[in-house]
Amino acid sequence: MATPSVAGRTNLLKLWPWVVIPLAALVLPFIFTSGHAINLLSHMGVAIIFALSYNMLLGNTGLLSFGHAVYYGLGAYVAMHVLRAINDAGGQGLPVELLPLVGALAGLGFGILFGTFSVRRAGVVFAMITLGLGALVFSSSQMFTDFFGGEAGLFGNRAEAPSLFGIDYASSLAVYYLVVAWALIAAILIYLLRKTPLGWMANAVRDNPERAQFVGYDPTIVRFIQFSLSACFAGLAGGLYVITDEIVNAEVVGQIQSGAVLLGTYIGGIGYFIGPIVGASIVTVLESSLSSYTEAWVLYFGLLFITIVMFAPMGIVGVIHTQYLNWKAGGWKGNTGIRLYLIVTGLIGIFGAICVIELSYHYFRSWDPSAPFVLMGVTVDATTVLPWLACFAIAIIGFGLMLFHGRPMLSRHTGATSRGGNA
Amino acid sequence: MLETIAYSIFNGVLYGTLLFMMSSGLTLIFGMMGVLNFAHASFYMLGAYFAYTLGLGTGFWVALFLAPIAVGAFGALVERYGLRRVHQFGHVPELLFTFGLAYVIEELVALFWGTVPVPYKAPPALDTTAFSMFGLNYSVFKVFILVVAVAMFVGLWFLLKKTRAGLIIQGALSRPDMVGALGHNVPRVFMLVFAFGCALAGLGGVVGGIHFVTDPGMAFMMGPIVFVVVVLGGLGSVPGALIASLIIGILQTFFLSINFSLAGAFGALGIEDSGFFGVLWHMETTRIAPVLPFLLLVLTLIFRPRGLLGKREA
Repeated sequence: MATPSVAGRTNLLKLWPWVVIPLAALVLPFIFTSGHAINLLSHMGVAIIFALSYNMLLGNTGLLSFGHAVYYGLGAYVAMHVLRAINDAGGQGLPVELLPLVGALAGLGFGILFGTFSVRRAGVVFAMITLGLGALVFSSSQMFTDFFGGEAGLFGNRAEAPSLFGIDYASSLAVYYLVVAWALIAAILIYLLRKTPLGWMANAVRDNPERAQFVGYDPTIVRFIQFSLSACFAGLAGGLYVITDEIVNAEVVGQIQSGAVLLGTYIGGIGYFIGPIVGASIVTVLESSLSSYTEAWVLYFGLLFITIVMFAPMGIVGVIHTQYLNWKAGGWKGNTGIRLYLIVTGLIGIFGAICVIELSYHYFRSWDPSAPFVLMGVTVDATTVLPWLACFAIAIIGFGLMLFHGRPMLSRHTGATSRGGNA
Repeated sequence: MLETIAYSIFNGVLYGTLLFMMSSGLTLIFGMMGVLNFAHASFYMLGAYFAYTLGLGTGFWVALFLAPIAVGAFGALVERYGLRRVHQFGHVPELLFTFGLAYVIEELVALFWGTVPVPYKAPPALDTTAFSMFGLNYSVFKVFILVVAVAMFVGLWFLLKKTRAGLIIQGALSRPDMVGALGHNVPRVFMLVFAFGCALAGLGGVVGGIHFVTDPGMAFMMGPIVFVVVVLGGLGSVPGALIASLIIGILQTFFLSINFSLAGAFGALGIEDSGFFGVLWHMETTRIAPVLPFLLLVLTLIFRPRGLLGKREA
């Protein structure tokens, strides 16, 4: 998996995301003021740290893990036990601001413990061992009910704990800014880690372990250090999750959580530092907003993921970046119209496909399929042929034009260099 | 005690043979193509649902043959238009593709058949009692499961070791270029192996769907255990998969049927039921049972990565 990243000396201009994203993070709560939106933003921050830690494995070291939630979840549990101890002591002890550090330490500890035998080989063996560990920890939550809190999980109270700066964390806005602060710290640390010799060796181990060994670095050791550090940041995210949600149950160590971080990171783009940030944000927003609009959101997620794996393995950020480079190099000259045409036809196709899926869900899932159903602002009867015909027609025409009219046209223009996907 | 042992062995073997039916296809696909098919349990689920729907029209016996064929055809399409495309990027994208596919299949099944279990039952001919043991009745269907599993094992072994097709398949794995040079279409061989593996999972689903529950969660439940069987048995080894299935089946049933804890056997010895070791001392075996397969998976990967009968490492 080749990874074009910002290599060599860092251009100051390329640091613009470091200014824009934190500024946006500071301003967003003033635009979306509802309590729900602020909770969502906090979750986004936690998901971003988690996804960045995951990409230390997948993107930087080439290790595909199916059990990263183990470190996130165990970090969360340990932090929760500490928070409960603080609550029990009547709000005396560790300040809330430092609680994520407890999670980070726990993550690091479990990362070192499980890392010793997980990282001996990369590739499929590593993937399976992490899958096994994930399932092991999740199913042992039924064994150790004292630690995992059984079915109900564990509760804590963030407001009943001291604060370093005398902030009252009963307000979710205060919690949000705490999440932003930690996310910024974590992002800077993870970014700087990439620039250390360790970060470069991790890339070398990913691309060619034999040669890395030949220059005198043991790939197992490099993987182990990356793995432990990644687990540490995952634990940090888990500790923050305890503060935002004040409840943990066994789901946080489960396979769904591990799958979600993989999906988010990959959708964003594993070859870019900003990829996991974009991916985790998209997944969090979609998960929360889409699930209130449609029952089919898991299906959309799965389809989006498969499309990315098949046609755009560099993720959303990768697609935008290559198109941007192409545009800057003049690759869009004289064919911008065709490219726009491809995007528009593709969007029409996607629109048609969404209509088909929504119609199917209404037809198969609702008690009365013939009840009037509002699809994209039009009230239709799903038991008649017409809406089905129209939806399929839109999808087929859109994708058909894109694949069999637009794409050949573009390849004729650009000298028959075929590229995966459209824009 | 004898009753418990006999009961665990019989039910364990039954569970083990079901596991074997689910995982034999994956051991072929994984061992031969190196593709760790995350969606394998989803094909198992499709087998159950196809058999249920087809069975409504044609009856169980026709569906028993048609459903695996339908699942195999679907598997062939997946390989041809999905996996083959990502194959060029390497093994990790293949894994990711099947991972996404598992989500999509589960959602589609929930879409067409609903989220609640469907009433998929054994035909009346198989629903009668075959024999009784210690006051428990065993239906003809349970014997039927054993028969199907044995037939599957023998058929697979014969196909791979004694036929020309098996020879080509084995050749295409170790020396694809050579097999291609001899005039065989290697991508098509891979497609057929994948389809065949999926059909086997489908057959497992036709039978397993009756024994367990047929609902959209069944793939997610069985998925990880299927991996355990494949890894423990050894890559590409059908006998290994059988042995591993039986081990897991018997072990898990045994742990579930005896009620044993160290504290129960040796007395509490003043060890309180708290703290890590205290909890372990008082742990009942029934609570350990769900963890066992995964413990086996991790231990196998650490200490014997090639599994029981595998020739090369995972």
